Amino acid sequence: MAQEITHNTAGGKPPVSRRMNIRIKSPAWFALAGALALVAAAPLLVILSFLLSPNPEIWSHLAENVLSTLAVNTVLLLICIIPLTAFSGVGLGWLTGACEFPGRKFFSWALVLPFAIPPYVFAFVYLGIFDFTGPVQSFIRSIFPAIGFIDIRNFGGVSLILSLAFYPYVYLMSRSAFMTQGRTAIEAARTLGLSPSRAFFKVALPMARPFIAAGLVLVCMESLADFGAVSIFNYDTFTNAIYKAWFGMFSLESAAQLSSILAIIVLTALVAEQKMRSRMRYTEAGRSNKTDRLQLSGPWKWLAFASCSMMFFLAFALPCIKLLQWGFEAIESDLGRYLEYGLNTLLLGLAGAAITTAAALALSFAKRNDPGPLMNWSSRIATLGYALPGTVLAVGIFIPAAWLDSTLATVFKPLGIDSSNMIQGSLGLMIAAYGIRFLAAGFGAVDSAIQRITPSIGEAARTLGATGMNMLRRVYMPMLKKGLFTGAILVLVDVMKEMPITLMMRPFGWDTLAVKIYEYTSEGEWELAAVPAVILILVGLFPVILLTRQMDK
Amino acid sequence: MKKLITLAITAIMVTAWSAAAFASEVVVYSARKEHLIKPLFEAYTAETGVKVKYITGKAGALLERIKAEGANTPADLFITVDAGNLWHAANEGVLAPVKSATLEKNVPAHLRDPENRWAGLSVRARTIVYNKNKVKPEELSTYEALGDAKWKDRLLLRTSKKVYNQSLVASFIAEKGAAETEKIVKSWVNNMPVTPFSSDTKTLEAIVAGVGDVAVVNTYYFGRLLKKNPDLPLAIFWPNQKTSGVHVNVSGAGVTAHAKHKEEAVKLLEWLSSAKAQGKFASLNMEYPVNPEVKPDPIVAAWGEFKENPMNVSKYGEYQAEAIKLMDRAGYK
Repeated sequence: MAQEITHNTAGGKPPVSRRMNIRIKSPAWFALAGALALVAAAPLLVILSFLLSPNPEIWSHLAENVLSTLAVNTVLLLICIIPLTAFSGVGLGWLTGACEFPGRKFFSWALVLPFAIPPYVFAFVYLGIFDFTGPVQSFIRSIFPAIGFIDIRNFGGVSLILSLAFYPYVYLMSRSAFMTQGRTAIEAARTLGLSPSRAFFKVALPMARPFIAAGLVLVCMESLADFGAVSIFNYDTFTNAIYKAWFGMFSLESAAQLSSILAIIVLTALVAEQKMRSRMRYTEAGRSNKTDRLQLSGPWKWLAFASCSMMFFLAFALPCIKLLQWGFEAIESDLGRYLEYGLNTLLLGLAGAAITTAAALALSFAKRNDPGPLMNWSSRIATLGYALPGTVLAVGIFIPAAWLDSTLATVFKPLGIDSSNMIQGSLGLMIAAYGIRFLAAGFGAVDSAIQRITPSIGEAARTLGATGMNMLRRVYMPMLKKGLFTGAILVLVDVMKEMPITLMMRPFGWDTLAVKIYEYTSEGEWELAAVPAVILILVGLFPVILLTRQMDK
Repeated sequence: MKKLITLAITAIMVTAWSAAAFASEVVVYSARKEHLIKPLFEAYTAETGVKVKYITGKAGALLERIKAEGANTPADLFITVDAGNLWHAANEGVLAPVKSATLEKNVPAHLRDPENRWAGLSVRARTIVYNKNKVKPEELSTYEALGDAKWKDRLLLRTSKKVYNQSLVASFIAEKGAAETEKIVKSWVNNMPVTPFSSDTKTLEAIVAGVGDVAVVNTYYFGRLLKKNPDLPLAIFWPNQKTSGVHVNVSGAGVTAHAKHKEEAVKLLEWLSSAKAQGKFASLNMEYPVNPEVKPDPIVAAWGEFKENPMNVSKYGEYQAEAIKLMDRAGYK
């Protein structure tokens, strides 16, 4: 192994190069990562396998009447959502991660809270607020009586709703970047005489770019996969079309064709992200706890306070107020049931987060140890499922699971063991499905963190005799803690909000709050849906607060 | 704590339900919402001692689940809303024909599968609702006439993505052919001032708010809204009384092809169609019973008598894919 680490010059190769010399000579790692990638990619491959039997008649109908609208709508959505979430997520992440201003402690975890509100809940709450008879339009009409019905169910409305729902991805990722290195770097830059704003743009922002990019990729994928919010707004995206093709026309082939277009869009985004990264330098994750935060002065500190307050109000306080108002209108007598739903929700979230974070760690570690195109591609393919609508992914998981069951049955039957439905309809399969769905979220967080551990650290550890698991446990883990926590929060809350997989795959007696919300919203009973929605937010608060505190330690 | 232990065990891929099947239980997959079926199952268990295990979900996803489970499926009975969905389930081969004199007596022929693979259990009419302050009932006549110029910017509809509208349009195709139907749908689209709504309830609320004056919705959505707020200026109009009749749809059920408790499933299905269950089944959701022996709930009866379209509801499934394509072409979102 060459002992050579190329040092960075501007535009040079990243230090994490092919020559990296921290390989752990263990085929087991590689096999594990390969197996994980294969399992995670299986549902997508199952769906895409329907491409082999195209249905030209339906496809030509879609191409003629639907496809151009879908493409335009989807692109418009992303063009709007990416800058919105980037700007708000990075800005707020910087403020709470590296600066000091009144209310910072509170906002640093409070701004994660909107993450506990599912996008479909945002959608129906905001439609309620902006209803013709709602407070906003009534107020506008009281000033301008001539104004008729203002419809927010257009691409602008959808983009704003989804941005409110998804900015926490960028916020969490960039905040952890700024916390682990931004402050140290800024301090260094400041001693060299840069102004705070220049230090931010010249030093802190470029260092955080891989994190921000990882967050934005998640935002893109979530936006593409969203079904609930867009259907409440009746805004046509690929998701709707996939559902219509599959469950309306019963054309799996067309659904697969549409899904593969989605997959291609995401792959492009992932490759672009990688290209961006390859021109970047990764620097060591410093321990910045000792560093002072940037004290914001005079008007700036109030501006910071105001922007955080505004986001908190729009993305959390306002929806909560509306939900509570509805919830009290529709309060049910048997709230006791909700305790069970809440417990189920939390248990599934924790189990899903544990499994997914572990898988993400294994995958990114293997990628780190064998940084070649093979690993790059397999990790990309493994995380693609995130951009597919949940129901489609669930079907893609169910088909191989059913096949596995019948294969097992042929083995066990002669032995006199009844193994039917050993896998299908089991809790284990549902949690595995969460893992497959949310691997991207966990992986994004963990992988950006692992990329920042410079090879020299591995080198140093090896000269001190650390190997394999030991190295992982004693060298990497402490440095990865924040990244792992970020990933765990993302997945935990994602699982708790998740609806389609839970709806389709849950065993008897495992109803969750999201399932209840579905039962009511699909009937247009928003007031009734408010009760489980409020409880879901409350249940989500607890882990979010706990984990954000952990991160800040 | 018990849950935690369960979780720990199942995490190592052990089945969540015991493989040993109880003779006295029946397993239901239902796309009809929990609060509309649970009271019936409880009554059935109280009466017969047979335990009903059920899971709820989306019609399409549940059907995919039964298909994937194949011969291993735990499902004995599949309950879903909309005749189109029932037709699909039968068409995909997941339902078994049930020859039952009880069902034939309790469920009229046009609300059943011609091959006896499923039976309707409740009837809902998809009808016209109008704003009493702005529309006189004599201005209304048929579904087709909602495309007339006088309804320009006054017609509100739910999205074409909802199966109820797909079934309505499918029934037109079955009756008039695609070309004629497409003209009608286009004329509706021309008369809509705003994007179609995501639910019938929202459509009705928009009528109240004055966004439009007439809408096409399922009767029980109208009933639910009025129950909450009796003062709303909304009224029902029964269209096509001189022509084809009001478009009706069903919620219904069929026994699965690989049912492990087939006999139990047939018994439950027969019981659901019986006079004692029908009243409850329908009134829970303000629907009409399928069983001609049973009177609808007083609230529902107060909406008046109407002539219904006698077309066999399984036609909705046959023409569903065509209806979706037609609505795409007509620009009905």
